[in-house]
Amino acid sequence: MDKYLANLETESIEIIREAIALAEKPVMLYSIGKDSSVMLHLARKAFWPAPLPFPLLHVDTTWKFREMIAFRDRIAQESGVKLIVKINHQRIAEGISPFTCDSDRYTTLMKTEALKQALDEGAFDIILGGARRDEEKSRAKERIFSVRSAGHRWDPKLQRPELWNLYNTRLNPGETIRVFPLSNWTESDIWSYIEQESIPIVPLYYAAKRPVVRRSGQWLMVDDERFPLRPGEVPEMRMVRFRTLGCYPLSAAVESTAATIQEIVRETLAARTSEREGRLIDHDQPASMERKKQEGYF
Amino acid sequence: MLDILRFITCGSVDDGKSTLIGRLLWESKQVFDDHVSALQRDSARYGTQGEKMDFALLVDGLEAEREQSITIDVAYRFFATHRRRFVVADTPGHEQYTRNMATGASTSDLAVLVVNAEKGLLVQTHRHARIVALLGIRHLIMAVNKMDLVNWDERVFRQIVEEFQPLVRELGFLTFQPIPVSALNGDNVTEASANSPWYAGPTLLSALEEAEVDRGTGDLPFRMAVQFVNRPNQEFRGYCGRVASGETRVGDPVRILPGGTETRIRSIIGWQSELPSASAGDSITLCLENEVDVSRGAVIASAREPIELSDQFEAKVLCLTDQALVPGRSYLFRLHTQQAVASITAIKYRVDVKLGSHLAARSLSMNEIGVVNISTDRPVPFEPYNRCRSLGSFILVDKITNQTVGAGMIDFALRRASNIHWQAVDVNKESRGRHLLQNPACLWFTGLSGSGKSTIANLLEKRLFAAGKHTYLLDGDNVRHGLNRDLGFTEADRVENIRRVTEVARLFVDAGLIVLVSFISPYRAERRYARSQFAPGEFIEVFVDTPLEECERRDPKGLYRKARSGALVNFTGIDSGYEAPESPEIRLDTISHSPEENVQLILKELKLI
Repeated sequence: MDKYLANLETESIEIIREAIALAEKPVMLYSIGKDSSVMLHLARKAFWPAPLPFPLLHVDTTWKFREMIAFRDRIAQESGVKLIVKINHQRIAEGISPFTCDSDRYTTLMKTEALKQALDEGAFDIILGGARRDEEKSRAKERIFSVRSAGHRWDPKLQRPELWNLYNTRLNPGETIRVFPLSNWTESDIWSYIEQESIPIVPLYYAAKRPVVRRSGQWLMVDDERFPLRPGEVPEMRMVRFRTLGCYPLSAAVESTAATIQEIVRETLAARTSEREGRLIDHDQPASMERKKQEGYF
Repeated sequence: MLDILRFITCGSVDDGKSTLIGRLLWESKQVFDDHVSALQRDSARYGTQGEKMDFALLVDGLEAEREQSITIDVAYRFFATHRRRFVVADTPGHEQYTRNMATGASTSDLAVLVVNAEKGLLVQTHRHARIVALLGIRHLIMAVNKMDLVNWDERVFRQIVEEFQPLVRELGFLTFQPIPVSALNGDNVTEASANSPWYAGPTLLSALEEAEVDRGTGDLPFRMAVQFVNRPNQEFRGYCGRVASGETRVGDPVRILPGGTETRIRSIIGWQSELPSASAGDSITLCLENEVDVSRGAVIASAREPIELSDQFEAKVLCLTDQALVPGRSYLFRLHTQQAVASITAIKYRVDVKLGSHLAARSLSMNEIGVVNISTDRPVPFEPYNRCRSLGSFILVDKITNQTVGAGMIDFALRRASNIHWQAVDVNKESRGRHLLQNPACLWFTGLSGSGKSTIANLLEKRLFAAGKHTYLLDGDNVRHGLNRDLGFTEADRVENIRRVTEVARLFVDAGLIVLVSFISPYRAERRYARSQFAPGEFIEVFVDTPLEECERRDPKGLYRKARSGALVNFTGIDSGYEAPESPEIRLDTISHSPEENVQLILKELKLI
């Protein structure tokens, strides 16, 4: 393995082991995406030959790509890991969907609210997540062990100093800690590592002909019959792939012919736009990620 | 092959650190197009550069930072050239955020110290140079920025460098590269500038690419702190950790501390395979030849050169919060994977960060650095920080607020714990208590001045004495006339006051006596410390719960009047805090009960007679 990647790997394994050694009830947030795939792989390495000493938690909005759900279930079954799936049924009954309300409100209700409920129900104290510092400016400021106050809120002004590899996991009542083992990875590191370790990922990352429509300058995939087509809109088949995955109405595809992992690595290294550009929820307002994080979003 | 350089940018506020990083990212083509359009939007909204793009906004990610145009928290940025990969910790310049700067320095191997050519060396420049040196950084680049504002005058540059030169030697930097730059215009950042024909040295980027850094654990033998004991079933027991130094091979003899067991490496487990060897930096799982008792916090080390063990250290400590670090107070102590309870036993001196001189100090306030003696409640394995960062660095955590209040680096052990033994004695507390026909105990009366502590304690002692009990009353005022006459009323002195009284009370209880302590003892942390020095059930906290207004009305010694007039400072309840006990064994109400009634209540409650 590339020496630099080996370094990142060994550092992340150290972080994961610290988190689990210090946790009373740990859980790993699993979003099915490439970062989650890498994090899961690292965790399995950290504890091999033992099975994973914690469950995975997936917050399912019911609007994920169908291929994501199939992939999730296959990985859980093959690796024998315990998988918790959380759906905010109350909000679905109320008719909340990405087509009926704006992306900000949708994210708050279907992702942040559901996540907080799941964390409270499970009484988890340490929660591993796959966020990276290179993704977004407010993430660049976050600690590796990030304390959340009661109600899962993040206060960027009250972050604990984090020196060396010494993590203070002492909690006051109601507090929890989010741990980000991939803090120091970049998007291209993730892809190079997936290539070198042959880590399975959702096929949506590879280019293929898929039914898409053009909206606000972005390609949206018509993943199922719930996608409300506007008058005159006809899905067309195009060679596209996804740089990040989420809810299909909120994840834009990019035109690409990269159908192998080597081609994706090459494309990533040459990319001129960030991967989160395809994430419609980041751009609601200035500093929108920071606000979402303060409310408890991952 | 690419290698990696972790570096920190530091220097005073407004010297242009964030702009410089933004410029480096920009010039090394690390800024995505959608970030550029966001930058153009943000520059118009928050920017300080008029029509031009404000590169600082690329790194200042928090809303408060963008609004105030300052950096509050450390940000980590990543970029790469074809020669090297970089992780940059961009850190705040304001004095009140020094702790965030230390955070960034703790994981860096090189520092870029930014100096404003117009302003020259400032207090923060010295402070940051000293902090990065203290945290073990041995390679320094000085970016003399804003050269455009001094018309690229070579003399300005030379003068700043000359003025700084003595510090390079004093702080022990191995390499020092000064570079004249303009972050705003990009001169000498990635390309040599035509504005400085008199400068023949490298650009900032090439200096970063060529810097040779070394973590310096090269000659240290094998050491690995155990993070996690992996025991999925009866057959497998592996010790997980990251190798801190040296190398080990299957079959190597190892010594495990604390404990001191010796055994051999049976196998080194990697991912789905066994490895023949492992070296510094690797995350591995070790299996040992013999069944030994090893838990998290132990260090597995080469048997030929085992790791040292101690419970007394000299260390450098940086105070991280507005809660001062004071001798005598106990903290949670985290050193590699060890956790212990520690206290500062003495502050040798505080470092003046501008001049490097040593100042006398009773406590360390936020951002202050001191050289202290630290004592832990049990021996822990360690290496001096300058030999191995990961086995020589520690944090101090407040037991009540759970905040990280201090960061420290071990210089050396003050004594080897293995040479000091507790002298076991045959006549002990239990035998003395039986002899005196009583259960030794410590009744700790706490409450405001004038609450009635001494009156009640005095009356109680008389009753106990009359009943044939062996007692001793330690009164705050009286002890301050003798044992503690060298102490004042600052927070540090109050802590030491309580520590000494606790020790005397503990000895008296050990002698079989019933000890009554009548002390204001305003801080929860100190009362908790006092309690921790006694056996369970032996320490009885009696809260004389008289409201401040009532104490002030009584004012038996006229002290409240003096304090209100300003003639007395640091007076509890007036200009110094009192933290009421949350769950005392006994709470006394002195308004509706007389002292006699309260004494009856205590006697009844504790069945002392």
